[in-house]
Amino acid sequence: MKAAVIVFPGSNCDRDCQVAVERATGASVDMVWHGDTELPAGVDLIVLPGGFSYGDYLRCGAMAALSPIMGEVKAAAGRGVATVGICNGFQILCEAGLLPGALLRNEKLKYVCKPVALEVTNAQTRFTAGYKDRREVMMTVGNGEGNFFADEATLDRLEGEGQVVFRYVDNPNGSARNIAGIVNGAGNVLGLMPHPDRAFEAELGSADGAILFQSAFASA
Amino acid sequence: MSAQPAKTMAETAAEFGLSSDEYQLILRRLGREPNMVELGVFSVMWSEHCSYKSSKKQLGKFPVTGPRVICGPGENAGVIDIGDGQACIFKMESHNHPSFIEPYQGAATGVGGIMRDVFTMGARPVALLNALRFGDPSHPKTRRLVAGVVAGIGGYGNCVGVPTVAGETNFHRGYDGNILVNAMCVGLADADKIFYSAAPAAGLPVVYFGSKTGRDGIHGATMASAEFDEASEDKRPTVQVGDPFAEKLLIEATLELMASGAVAAIQDMGAAGLTSSTVEMAGKGGVGVELDLDRVPQREEGMSAYEMMLSESQERMLAILKPGREADGHRIFEKWGLDAAVIGKTTDTGRMVLKHKGEVVADVPLAPLFDDAPLYDRPWVQPKLQERLTAASVPAPKDYAQAILTLMSAPDMASKRWLWEQYDRHVMADTLEDSATGADAGVVRVHGTRKALAVTSDVTPRYVQADPYEGGKQAVAEAWRNLIAVGATPIAITDNLNFGNPERPEIMGQIVRATDGMAEACRALDFPVVSGNVSLYNETNGAAIPPTPAVGGVGLIADYARRADFSSLKAGMTLVLVGDTRGDLGASMYLREVLGREDGAPPPVDLAVERRNGELVRKLIEDGVVAVCHDLSDGGLIAAAAEMALASNVGVSLDLPEAAPHAQLFGEDQARYLLGVADPAPVFAAAQAAGVQAWIIGHADGEAISAAGLFDLPLKALRSAHEGWMPAYLGD
Repeated sequence: MKAAVIVFPGSNCDRDCQVAVERATGASVDMVWHGDTELPAGVDLIVLPGGFSYGDYLRCGAMAALSPIMGEVKAAAGRGVATVGICNGFQILCEAGLLPGALLRNEKLKYVCKPVALEVTNAQTRFTAGYKDRREVMMTVGNGEGNFFADEATLDRLEGEGQVVFRYVDNPNGSARNIAGIVNGAGNVLGLMPHPDRAFEAELGSADGAILFQSAFASA
Repeated sequence: MSAQPAKTMAETAAEFGLSSDEYQLILRRLGREPNMVELGVFSVMWSEHCSYKSSKKQLGKFPVTGPRVICGPGENAGVIDIGDGQACIFKMESHNHPSFIEPYQGAATGVGGIMRDVFTMGARPVALLNALRFGDPSHPKTRRLVAGVVAGIGGYGNCVGVPTVAGETNFHRGYDGNILVNAMCVGLADADKIFYSAAPAAGLPVVYFGSKTGRDGIHGATMASAEFDEASEDKRPTVQVGDPFAEKLLIEATLELMASGAVAAIQDMGAAGLTSSTVEMAGKGGVGVELDLDRVPQREEGMSAYEMMLSESQERMLAILKPGREADGHRIFEKWGLDAAVIGKTTDTGRMVLKHKGEVVADVPLAPLFDDAPLYDRPWVQPKLQERLTAASVPAPKDYAQAILTLMSAPDMASKRWLWEQYDRHVMADTLEDSATGADAGVVRVHGTRKALAVTSDVTPRYVQADPYEGGKQAVAEAWRNLIAVGATPIAITDNLNFGNPERPEIMGQIVRATDGMAEACRALDFPVVSGNVSLYNETNGAAIPPTPAVGGVGLIADYARRADFSSLKAGMTLVLVGDTRGDLGASMYLREVLGREDGAPPPVDLAVERRNGELVRKLIEDGVVAVCHDLSDGGLIAAAAEMALASNVGVSLDLPEAAPHAQLFGEDQARYLLGVADPAPVFAAAQAAGVQAWIIGHADGEAISAAGLFDLPLKALRSAHEGWMPAYLGD
């Protein structure tokens, strides 16, 4: 079992993702620099961590989506490798066209950091299979631009095809249809604003995030 | 400088904040008139901000050593030993003046500056705190200042990726014209890999790295050492602009450069920028330095030597590399995309020589700049103390429930959720307790271990105002108590002394007596001062702020499974009050918020009792007997009980003595803790053995907070009052 965490210069959850994956799954985790053009061989899971990839003074993730390593990430995702973008990673996946929609400024125009209850909308995906007995899980959010947006037709399609994976029980940022996380059509690319990487053991307030990483490997 | 100033040098010196005596001293030290660059360098190095000229004598009273102190005041930050070869590095610093003028950037760069002080010494920052004081909520500027400061703190810390885990926020009309923004950073390092600023030898390359130098912040240190008046807003151009992404790159590059073994000495460019970093490094090392300013990475064209030396552009570092290690620097700076240049070398002349465009633009001896700044033993008068109050002289409320609602929704007491939800409190995935979780201190794990650091920031300005000596003691004691209340062993403090104009004897009296009290408490509690910052001249049009010596405390929890919070009170638990209640209502929250009075002496702190009670409570937590604990401070017993009930979402019923129940409820006597336990017997046994007073004061049950015959207040109403003030005030 092997994971790769992509490190952009302004990533600040890269170590959190590394530790979370290691502790939750026992997998070995390679840290891959944004300027690299190759992923390590045999990677089962790619994680795009939270942070402010290139400062994000432009649209969040817009520059990161064009960084050298993203060509490889896109190719791997196209081959079906499990790929998770958390927070800034979700923004990057949207900017890179690997997921539909965009993350806008939060409705109240403020950064919001708090624990959130999430409804597991689809426990059939390779990332959420481990939640099969759980309707609700706890993680935290920490974002200024986590307000998921897509046009109505796209939202209908996401809902209709089971691509909405997590919904906020109490929407913290104005996201359309309370969407907290989505998968792509093939089901191997997940983007979510809440942080499973900050919810991997009980001392942190929740261990529910560990299940997500465990599921990703169980199905690899 | 090619253009001749129209004014005389002496007049310019006065504009730069130098007294005429100080200017005469410069003439004597140089043996000639300084040029503009030299005058600029002297004026910032001799500013209050850089030289501590009014406060050094007072700071000398503090205990600064102890078994766990690795490095006390004098370096960029203090260093303490937390065992297992690990060290904790921390400091608190003010950014008061810039934050009042431009709240977002002022607060943001305050956070950036204090982080640099910590990682400059080799630590990875792991926690941020802030101590904020704003004017009266009804003052027309307050809303904008609160919103701007909070957004600035969040905007910077969130991006860099260091959790903001604790802090305090007060409102008082005394800060209408001068808000206080004090930021604290706590970092972790290996105890044998601490970096210092003293240049070790002559002939070594001086390397500049980080952001380019621009024209922002010129003379910021001088601004921070002057009073405000109506024209102060014109000083906006002297406020620096922060770039947290650059700071993130700077942290990673600096720590990588240190790990490579290339660094001989290092210093961030903070207040007074290139001037102070150069003077500090060369001065501490007893060497000279020569800089070629043409090599300084510049953001704008045509910058003069004066502007480059005085710029306070952010996110810049100065390092002296070991011989032959420039290649390591080059590789690392390129990886992180940072500007870097060798801008000079250390020399054996003992002088600072600056060259620009082929000419020597300054040539001054370092000694007078570095350790020969004038020091003042300023005249002071004994502060006028507020009179002690008896409980009988303070009326009880007619309606207790209403008084409790008023108290718990007062600006200083109301929940600050609006504010802390704008701070990333969880990044780094080691936060165990933060502002939102219901504990007396922030608690972060020492990554990869069972240890945790507890951090807090405290001072009660109304006590210091009423009696600077007792208030100074109390600030230290409360920080100590808050660390105890989460189960930590308090180790050391940093302080941020915020006062008015020290040239006024009554203000100097506050400084002298408050620091007397702090020093005594530090000694009595074995709680040394390892770093700090002084912010004076917090006055507008002659009106000074309430004296506000903020104390940042750090403690260590040996095993984070054995700690306490006040959010896990369960129905059926017994509430035990540790410590004696005399019902002291002087300078209390009740007096101010319910009765509209600010008179009375603050509750005295008996440091021996404080220590005895605290050591008992800490032992009970460490032994696993107690896991629910809240210290008693602002608002007394009722506030602690209400906060515990709200955080735990369970009702509390209190059994009060019949005499003067309002004094029992609202009195702010010190050295007290409220414990929640399933079985009180072991607590009483330990208390008796330690000679500590403890009483059963109530129990947890139901969905209201009540005391028979006095009040029965549903938690729901209490919560909406407590949570509602700040969102309503800020309009969302």
